[in-house]
Amino acid sequence: MKGSLIVVSFFLLGCLLGWLDFVPDWISDSDLSMYVLYLLMFQVGISIGSDKKLKEILHSIRPRLLLVPLATIGGTLLFTSLVSIFINRWSFMETLAVGSGFAYYSLSSILITQLKEPTIGIQAASELGTIALISNMLREIYALLGAPLFKRYFGRLAPICAGGATTMDTTLPIIAKYSGKDLVFVSILHGILVDISVPILVSFFCS
Amino acid sequence: MFVVISILFLGIGVGYLFRKISLLQHIGQPIQYTICILLFLLGISVGGNPEIVDNLGVLGTQAVLISVASTLGSVVMAWAVYRYFFKEKEEKE
Repeated sequence: MKGSLIVVSFFLLGCLLGWLDFVPDWISDSDLSMYVLYLLMFQVGISIGSDKKLKEILHSIRPRLLLVPLATIGGTLLFTSLVSIFINRWSFMETLAVGSGFAYYSLSSILITQLKEPTIGIQAASELGTIALISNMLREIYALLGAPLFKRYFGRLAPICAGGATTMDTTLPIIAKYSGKDLVFVSILHGILVDISVPILVSFFCS
Repeated sequence: MFVVISILFLGIGVGYLFRKISLLQHIGQPIQYTICILLFLLGISVGGNPEIVDNLGVLGTQAVLISVASTLGSVVMAWAVYRYFFKEKEEKE
């Protein structure tokens, strides 16, 4: 819990500094966060590679593991279609397009803004794109902070399904910590498959 | 995306080759620091985007509804899959 609070306070500090425009341009204009993500990936890789149980994990991959990404996609679409009843501003399909971002906020928001512009105009398309950005950022934040709670109430797979498309990179360390290292490969497989589904499903729901 | 996955596998290779070095078993702490840096940078891009900050009320409410529904849907299905396809097998093993 203490670790999560530290993580949140770093995020809030970033928000405040960004809002106050207190950040040197070389930070906000550069691809710094991409390189930090690469560093994180490398560290996560080392922690997996140097794990003494690696061989056992590799032998445990089974077809039933494909049920994990199916649970994520099915559960997201089911519950998002239920909540679309309460959002009058957007159609059923538009709400599902936002949900299909699966926490991959950069790609889903850009795709939605561009694909919806010809039909609903640039203003509405930008708004829907912004909703996709916030909604999928929030989903990543829930996945990072809620992992211990999801694990406690919904089992060891829940932190993986909550993480959507991010479970092979940004949320992987948290998942390894709370779901257990033996599920790291499930998490990576899940992340890759959900990741691929994002452009396909978002394009489908925007058409 | 392929770059990210490639770097991950490069790290796995490096970690595997040097797995005898006990320092690598304690990589958890530096990972925590890197996550803090990433979320700090994410915060900067959110706070520094006027389009997001100005319309936060209306857009944010809809975004919260969709994000809560999608996350909750996934964890509920995760519970079902774990309950019926994973838990029993783990107990047998």
